[in-house]
Amino acid sequence: MCLGIPGQVVELLDHEHLAKVDVSGVGRVVNIGLLEDEQVTPGDWVLIHVGFAMSKIDEDEAKRALASLQLMGQAYDDELEAYWSSQIGSETGSEIGSQTEGRG
Amino acid sequence: MRYVDEYRDPAAARALVARIGELAGDRDPEQPFKLMEVCGGHTHTIYRHGIEHLLPPAVELVHGPGCPVCVIPMGRVDDAIAVARSPGVIFTSFGDMMRVPGSDGNLLQAKANGADVRFVYSPLDALQIARKNPDRPVVFFAVGFETTAPSTAVTLLQARSQGVTNFSVLCNHVTIVPPIKAILESPDLRLDGFLGPGHVSTVVGQRPYRFVPERYGKPLVTAGFEPLDILQAIVMLLTQLGEGRCEVENQYSRVVRDEGNPRALQLLAEVFELRPHFEWRGLGFISQSALALRPAFADFDAERLYELPGVRVADPKACQCGEVLKGVIKPWECKVFGTACTPETPIGTCMVSSEGACAAYYNFGRLHREAAVTLGATRA
Repeated sequence: MCLGIPGQVVELLDHEHLAKVDVSGVGRVVNIGLLEDEQVTPGDWVLIHVGFAMSKIDEDEAKRALASLQLMGQAYDDELEAYWSSQIGSETGSEIGSQTEGRG
Repeated sequence: MRYVDEYRDPAAARALVARIGELAGDRDPEQPFKLMEVCGGHTHTIYRHGIEHLLPPAVELVHGPGCPVCVIPMGRVDDAIAVARSPGVIFTSFGDMMRVPGSDGNLLQAKANGADVRFVYSPLDALQIARKNPDRPVVFFAVGFETTAPSTAVTLLQARSQGVTNFSVLCNHVTIVPPIKAILESPDLRLDGFLGPGHVSTVVGQRPYRFVPERYGKPLVTAGFEPLDILQAIVMLLTQLGEGRCEVENQYSRVVRDEGNPRALQLLAEVFELRPHFEWRGLGFISQSALALRPAFADFDAERLYELPGVRVADPKACQCGEVLKGVIKPWECKVFGTACTPETPIGTCMVSSEGACAAYYNFGRLHREAAVTLGATRA
């Protein structure tokens, strides 16, 4: 549960500090309130933990983190599966769970 | 060199391993440099990638208490199950906690016996369940270090501002500094330095670790989660030791800022207060080591809303998670490791979470170890 998953911010939702984020080709909504002082904008990469963006990272770091997570095998699969099950923001009317480019 | 080939940059890994060899120099392998990785994520990386077998015998990695699932004592799981069994309750928990044994079964078994226990990815998911089920009390089982606690804080603030009255939190958040201190005070362990936790430090920053060099004279290097990060952090620790320096350094500066995340820290202070003491599995009671909800959030505090057994339950006699969590023994030295205690039927918490030293070793480490032993035998 302490894994951080890298994701790219796709769209800021005007509601409860939520943002739509793309993780391995799957869109979900996460809370970016903890990065309020860092002015997150679409295109930024963030490290996500239990539905919250914990830190802003650069694209290199995101790729690096993703590659090392994929090496983890089952633990990463479990974390991703949990992440995909998340319903955060599903009341906001945004397209949650829409698959963008298929799972990576 | 086995293992290294799968690394992102095998050449860099080889260079780091060679440098570690130089720095370890002619240190007596009987008196190795003992470096503790505090964080369970690091333990996972170390076993997953066979890092301990890349190191010279004079450098030993000791696994620490930084797996939040592993340090929850049985009595707290019993409390959770008691709440889950209360009339009408929907009990929500991270997946990792579902299989942690209490004195009479785990949350999954409570679910099989009729309790409404649901797995959630985020505390926000739990709050969502509460909003969708306004006529039923929804309780979130909050565990985790400072990495996770801000998420619970934000969720509680949202619940309050949205006037959600059927949501509460059974708070078991713990803090990272007190167990490090407890380990440094522990007489049965001699350590030379620490690999500091990665993601916890994104929140708390580097300042809280200063007491490690200042008061105990040990270096600490905050490290990332890639195998290369771990190797580089070991180089930084050995360099400090070799130069007679003793500081807090940050190998993971591409993610961790020295000041941490001030916004997250402010939210923690707003919602939580320190408990006078908290029981840690294997480490016993540690003062001011865990968080409780402030009185202002009493209406959201499951500890106040439900009758909890609150009984201290001793670990099963056979289980040596305590020694594993303190780094006194290695997973495979536990009497029940891999026989009575496996990831399928865990006796101790260290075998439950993928970040637990025993589960990580069971899944990956023993294969590397067997391979290393075979390799050593063929070379000899």
